[in-house]
Amino acid sequence: MKASAFSYARATSVVNAIELLAEHGDRAKVLSGGQSLMPAMNLRLISPELIVDIGDLTELRGIAVTGDRLRIGALTRHVDLLNSADVAKHAPLISEAITHVAHAAIRNRGTIGGSLAHADPAAELPASMVALKATIIVEGPAGERQIAAEDFFTGIYETALEVDELLVAVEVPVAQRNSAHYFSEFARRHGDYGIVGLAAQAVVDGDILTDLRLAYFSVGDRPVLAMAATKLLNVAVTPAVLLEASETLGEELDPQEDQQASVSMRRHLAKVLLARCVATLLGRPELSAGEVL
Amino acid sequence: MTSTTTNPETLSVLDRPNSYIGKTVPRPNLDRLTQGRGLYVSDMELPRMAHVVYLRSPYAHAKIIGIDAAAAKQLPGVIAVVTGPELAAVITPWVGVLTHLKGLKSAPQSAIAIDRVCWQGEAVAAIVATSRAVAEDAAELVAVDYEELDAVTDMRTALDPQTPVIHASLGDNLAFERSLDAGTVDAAFAESDAVVEAEFVFGRHTGVTLEPRAVVADWNPGDSRLTIYQGTQAPHMVQNIAALHLGLEESQIRVVCKDVGGSFGIKVHVYADEMATYALTKLLRRPIKYVADRIESFNTDIHARDHRCKGKIGVKRDGTIMAFEIDDITGIGPYSMYPRTSAIEANQVVNLVGGQYTTKNYRARTRVVFQNKNVMCQYRGVGHPIACSVTEGLVDLAAMKIDMDPVEIRRRNLIADDAYPCASPSGLKFELLSHHASMDKLIGMMNYDALRAEQAALRKKNIHRGIGIASFIEVTNPSAAFYGVGGAKISSQDGVAVRLDAQGSVICQTSITEQGQGSESLTAQIVGSVLGVSMGKVRVILGDTDNTPYGGGTWASRGAGIGGEAALQAAKVLRRNVLDVAAAILQASPAELDIVNNAIVNLDDGAVRIELRELCRIVYFRPDTLPPGIQPELMATRHFVPREYPFAFTNGVQAAWVEVDTDTGFVKLLRHWVVEDCGTIINPQLVDEQIRGGVVQGLGAALFEKCIYDERGQLTNANMADYLVPMSGEMPDIDIGHVVSPTFETELGAKGAGEAGTAGAAAAVSNAVNDALKPFGAFITEIPLTPQVILSALGRI
Repeated sequence: MKASAFSYARATSVVNAIELLAEHGDRAKVLSGGQSLMPAMNLRLISPELIVDIGDLTELRGIAVTGDRLRIGALTRHVDLLNSADVAKHAPLISEAITHVAHAAIRNRGTIGGSLAHADPAAELPASMVALKATIIVEGPAGERQIAAEDFFTGIYETALEVDELLVAVEVPVAQRNSAHYFSEFARRHGDYGIVGLAAQAVVDGDILTDLRLAYFSVGDRPVLAMAATKLLNVAVTPAVLLEASETLGEELDPQEDQQASVSMRRHLAKVLLARCVATLLGRPELSAGEVL
Repeated sequence: MTSTTTNPETLSVLDRPNSYIGKTVPRPNLDRLTQGRGLYVSDMELPRMAHVVYLRSPYAHAKIIGIDAAAAKQLPGVIAVVTGPELAAVITPWVGVLTHLKGLKSAPQSAIAIDRVCWQGEAVAAIVATSRAVAEDAAELVAVDYEELDAVTDMRTALDPQTPVIHASLGDNLAFERSLDAGTVDAAFAESDAVVEAEFVFGRHTGVTLEPRAVVADWNPGDSRLTIYQGTQAPHMVQNIAALHLGLEESQIRVVCKDVGGSFGIKVHVYADEMATYALTKLLRRPIKYVADRIESFNTDIHARDHRCKGKIGVKRDGTIMAFEIDDITGIGPYSMYPRTSAIEANQVVNLVGGQYTTKNYRARTRVVFQNKNVMCQYRGVGHPIACSVTEGLVDLAAMKIDMDPVEIRRRNLIADDAYPCASPSGLKFELLSHHASMDKLIGMMNYDALRAEQAALRKKNIHRGIGIASFIEVTNPSAAFYGVGGAKISSQDGVAVRLDAQGSVICQTSITEQGQGSESLTAQIVGSVLGVSMGKVRVILGDTDNTPYGGGTWASRGAGIGGEAALQAAKVLRRNVLDVAAAILQASPAELDIVNNAIVNLDDGAVRIELRELCRIVYFRPDTLPPGIQPELMATRHFVPREYPFAFTNGVQAAWVEVDTDTGFVKLLRHWVVEDCGTIINPQLVDEQIRGGVVQGLGAALFEKCIYDERGQLTNANMADYLVPMSGEMPDIDIGHVVSPTFETELGAKGAGEAGTAGAAAAVSNAVNDALKPFGAFITEIPLTPQVILSALGRI
C-alpha cells in the first residue's frame, strides 16, 4: 500500500494551478484535502504522474455572504463549514449534512471543493448542493464558468470540470423566510457512506409545501433530484398523496445493487426517507408511519 | 502434580497485606505505550535490512504456467525476486494435522506456491528490495502466466461427487469429520412435547488487528543463528516450527516478541508468508522485513466462523430440555492451518453445544471441508460463539414454542450450582461453575422485569425493542489436551523466573506474552504481592526465547491462569529464600519474619528489621559477612501446567437490549450486560476490559463483520471501508458483573477471561433482535444481522 512514484508541484496561484493542469492534462491530479485522493493512490487505484497541491491558495479558503448568495471557497474544510455561523444561518442544510461526512479527522482535512470535484455518488455534499440549487464556480484558461450543481455531476467520479479547470468556489442562495430543510441517511456505522441518503430543501407555507427539492444520494451514478417532489407541492398532503409520491419515487429511481443493499432495498429506504422527510418538514409525525411505504 | 505446596506460613496471596491481587492498578507499560515509545516490529530497522513484498494470486484456483521476473529484477533497488521452487531449496513444506483429531487430513503447503495457487491471496513470488515502495513497483512488473482452474467455494456442495477435488492426493474435499451420540436422543425427542429445528448461518469473518502481522527475520551466518522479531503470541512455537522447516536446531533460533498491536488468535499461527520471510533471510543472508498491508491482512490473516449448523431441540411443556442435536459444516480454505490445524473450531462446536444444560441427550456431527478461499483457523472464542448462538437460539425457539419466558426456561435447565464436579454429554469436565448465581446477578443488574414492562409499553408506540439472553461456558487454562497430545510442539506449561537485583528490585522473566491484554501487569501484580515488593520495583520480561523460561505463550485464555500460577509459585520460593537469608543476618527464625513494602519485618508487630535493598547489598557484595554455610539464592524459577482438569471451564451469561427499526432493518444496540465467572480476579479493570473488548468483537459478528466472497472465490470487501468492524459510535454501554468460583487446581484460583465476551455477545444480540421481531412472526438465525437480512425477514423488500 505505497503509492507509485509521482511528481509534486505546489501551486503558487490559481493561474499557476491552471497552467500546471493545462500542461499535464489527465496525467495530473489536484490535491486539496487529500482524504479521497491519498487512499486511492496508496491502493494504486490511480497513479497520477503529477500532484498539483493547491493547499497554499488561501484565496480559495473562506465563507462569505454577499447579498442573497453564500459563497464558500473550494479549500474550505468540512470542519469550518461545521463551525460556521453563516452556514448555520444561511444554509443550515449544509451544517446538518456535514455532521454525516466521515469522522472528525477526515472533516479536519477534507474540503468542500475536493468533495464536489471528486463527485462520489454516495457523498453528502454533492446532493446537498443539488438540493440547494448551488452554483459551482470553476476557472480555466479561458476564465470563469458557472455551472448549476444539477449539471455539474455527470457520473461516478465524473463532473463537468475540464482537465484544465479548477473548482474555486460554490455559491448557494441564502435561506428565505419559510425555508425548511431535511437531511438524513442510512449508514451502517456513523461516518460510513450512506446506503441511501436524502438532502431536501423546501419552502413551507403553513401546511403546504410550495417548493421542495429532494436530492437523493447513493441511489444512482450522481445525486438524483427526485421529480416525485412535484406530487407534494401546493396540495394538502394526505397519506394518499404521499403514497402516490412514494410510488412515483419508486418508479423514477434506478438504484444499483451492492454489498450493502439490493435494488429493492434501496428503493424501499428511499421511500422511508421520503415519508420521514415530509413528516418532518410538515411537523406531522403520523405521515411517517408504515402504510405509505 | 498440583501447585499447592505445604507452606508453614499458610501464605495466601489473596490476603497478604498490600496485596495487588483483586485491585485495579495501572499497567506498567501504559506510559511507554501512550508516549509512543513502544517497539513494534514495523518500527524496527536493522543494518542492511531489505523489505519483502509478496506477489499474490488474483485467482482462487489456478495453475502457475510461468513467472517472468526479468523486468522486475532490472528495477533499481530490487535485490531479488524469488519464486516458490527457488525458496523450496531452503525450507520444507508442512501439513497441518494433529493426531488426536482422528482422520484430519491436509495437503503439503509451501511457503510460496510451487506450481498451483489454491486461494486468492496465496503468494506466488517474493520481491525483495531496498524499500516496500520499490518492491511494490517491482511487483507490478512481474508477469505470471496462470491457467485458471475451477474454484470450490460453496461448503454445501464441496463434498458433492461433481465438485472438483482440490487436492487429488486426498481423494475428496473432506478434511475432518466428527460424530457424537450421547444418551438416548431419539427417545428424548419422542418424549418431547415440542421439537424445534432451525439452521444457523454464520458469516466468515476475521480478527482485524490494529497492527498487521509483521516479521523481521535476520539470519546471521557468523554465529549460525536466526533471530526472528515477530508479533506472535507463541514465541517458542515459532522457534520450533522455524527450526523444523529450515533444518536448524531450536538453539539456533531466537524469537523476540516486542510490543504487539492486538492478536485475538490471529497471531498464534505460523503463516506461509512468515515462513517465506524466515527462508529469505537464510537465502539472501541479510535481514528481511515483512509487514502485511491491510489488503494482505484481509486476504491472508486467518478467517473464522464460516459455519452452517442445523440444530434441533426437544422440550417438555414444563420447560425441561430433553435433547439437543446439531449437524454442522464449515469450510476452512484449501489447507488446514499450521500447526494448530483448522479442525479445532468445529471440534469445539461439537464439544460445547448444550454444555451449560443438564440434558444428557446430545447428538452431533460436524464436517470440515476444503474450499478455495483463505484459510480458517482459531480466532478469539474458537467455536464458542457458534456453539452459544446455536444452543441459545434453540433454547429461545423452544421457549417461544411452549410460551415460556426465556429466563425461566434457562433457570429450569442450567446445571445447578451445587452439582459440581460433573461432566457434559460430550465429556467436558466441570470443576465448579455458577450458572444460577450468574443469572441471578444478571437479572438484578439489568432489572429484567422493569425492562420487560418498558418493552411492552413501547410496543404500543410502534417502537420494537428486544431482550436477548445467552448463557455460555468457556474453555480456559488448556492443558496438554489441547495440542500436546496431538503431537504439536506447543507447550501447555509456562515458566517464570524471578530474581532480585543488587538494589532489591525484581526482574521477572515469564514465558507468557503480551499483546495488550495485560500479561505484564498481572505478572507484576502477583510477584509484587507474593514477595512483598512494590509493583514499581518489578520489571517483567516477556517474549524472548533466549531470555525467558520455556512455555506456551498467551492464547486460549491461559496467561493469567497458568503463567500467573507459575509467577506465584516462583515468587513464593524466592520469598522463602529471602527470608532464609534475612533470618541468618538477623539471627532470627524465617517463620518470625515477613516481607512487606520492600523490607523484612517482624511477622508479629510489623517492625522493620532490614530493608530488602540492604539485604541484597550484603548478599551480592559482602557475602563474607554472612554466617558460614549460607548460600543465598536470590533467584527462583517455577513452571506450572494444569494436570487434574484438561481445561478450567468458566461460565457466564450475557444480555442484550436492542431496538429494531422495522421500517429500515437497522438495529440499535442500547445496552449490554455480562456476568462472568473467571475465578480469582487479579486486576478487575483488565478483566473488565477483556470482557468488553470480547463483547465488541462479538457484536461485530452479530451486526457487521463478514468476509464476502463471490462464487469465483474472490474476496470482494478486503478493505476497512467495505469490511465493517464495530466502531465506538455504534457500541452500547457494557455493564459487567462477576461471580467468583476459583479453580482449586491452583493456589491463585484464576481461570481465563479473554474470550468470555466473544463467546456470548452475538447470541445475546440475535436473541434480542428475534425478541423484538416476535410480533412480526420473524425469527432470524443468520448473522451478521444486516438491514438487508432483517428487511427480508420482515417481508418489507
